[in-house]
Amino acid sequence: MLQLIKKYYYGDYGEIEGGAAPAPGSNSREWPLWEVFIRSKQGLDHKHVGSLHAADAAMAIENARDVYTRRMEGVSIWVVESKYIHASNPDESDALYDPANDKIYRHPTFYQLPDELKYM
Amino acid sequence: MDTTKLSEQFQQKIDEDIKIEPQDWMPDEYRKTLIRQISQHAHSEVVGMLPEGNWITRAPSLRRKAILLAKVQDEAGHGLYLYAAGETLGITRDEMYQQLHSGKAKYSSIFNYPTLTWADMGAIGWLVDGAAIMNQVPLSRCSYGPYARAMVRVCKEESFHQRQGFEILLTLSKGNAAQRKMCQDAINRWWWPSLMMFGPSDNNSPHTAQSMQWKIKRFTNDELRQKFVDVCAEQVKFLGMTLPDKDLKWNEAKQHYDFGAINWDEFWNVVKGNGPCNKERLATRVQAWENGAWVREAALAYEDKKAARQYRYNTTQAESKMPAG
Repeated sequence: MLQLIKKYYYGDYGEIEGGAAPAPGSNSREWPLWEVFIRSKQGLDHKHVGSLHAADAAMAIENARDVYTRRMEGVSIWVVESKYIHASNPDESDALYDPANDKIYRHPTFYQLPDELKYM
Repeated sequence: MDTTKLSEQFQQKIDEDIKIEPQDWMPDEYRKTLIRQISQHAHSEVVGMLPEGNWITRAPSLRRKAILLAKVQDEAGHGLYLYAAGETLGITRDEMYQQLHSGKAKYSSIFNYPTLTWADMGAIGWLVDGAAIMNQVPLSRCSYGPYARAMVRVCKEESFHQRQGFEILLTLSKGNAAQRKMCQDAINRWWWPSLMMFGPSDNNSPHTAQSMQWKIKRFTNDELRQKFVDVCAEQVKFLGMTLPDKDLKWNEAKQHYDFGAINWDEFWNVVKGNGPCNKERLATRVQAWENGAWVREAALAYEDKKAARQYRYNTTQAESKMPAG
């Protein structure tokens, strides 16, 4: 079964802005877009560094090696096709993050304790 | 929410130095300006490989050849960072290529000049990459997140480009009479086109004010050009060479170098496609794109075949698990 490759925007673009619609007038398929994550050294998280086009995952990793680690920037590469990234909608950030805003008692500095109290 | 309100909020974010990210609301003109600027920047990196690619097989030593290869590979990488940043604005990679190949999108005019001698590799590194760095360092603080992040990477890598160029010229400047002459000749030919890289002067640059308000640009063309002249006028002394400008003179009052008038007719002529190498450069890019078509198609065909095989496998697995009868 042929899978229909569509144009997806990088990172957190998603469905808004008609992100999945193919460009008008384009008849040839582009290689799909991939997001690249690199672990710069053992013990650190993989971090998003950018994106690139590749026909499959193996090619995406090879290309990521050439594009994003020419100077020993990484010891491990993750790639994921951009269409599999789901993102929060910035228009909803108020509703999404607001509930955390008034719970200052989640921070250690909220509590007034004597200065003489040690190791806490 | 209406557009006026959104525009106000947008400008407020910019004024507070909050970066704009791809999913945020932005004025159409801001998006268009960035698509134009980022794609042309990307094209410049890609076309910029051609004048130097010309010398890879003729580099004077294995060391120089390895360095030049690494530099040209960096430029391909810079083009890719930039195309990816451009794509976040909603234009496809193929559309950008299409605009380059049809001549609709421009690239930096400097790459329409020929590289006649090995010394040109030095002059390009010192002057052309030097001017590019002068432009790109402020761009790494630009208001659009993906562009700024791409620029941080580019600037980090570009520093070696300029230093290797200056080293080539320094070596030639200590050589025999013919080598010194070659060095001076390259500087003479690349100096003025490098100054033109900063774009038209401020009174002829209608988009500057808007771009500064949006913090896409942080300095005007003339400010950056002046900075570049001041730096190069000092650096050239280390080479024992001169810059080809009889009006170049330190101005004590301004604390800047004065310099001669730029030939803007030449600039516009090259922009319009009449430079020494415009046709050759574009033809090379188009040819590379066309010759690569079978590779792009083959990779997709292979992908489709793998997907079909996987689909058949999944179907058989599902059938074999069905209860008999």
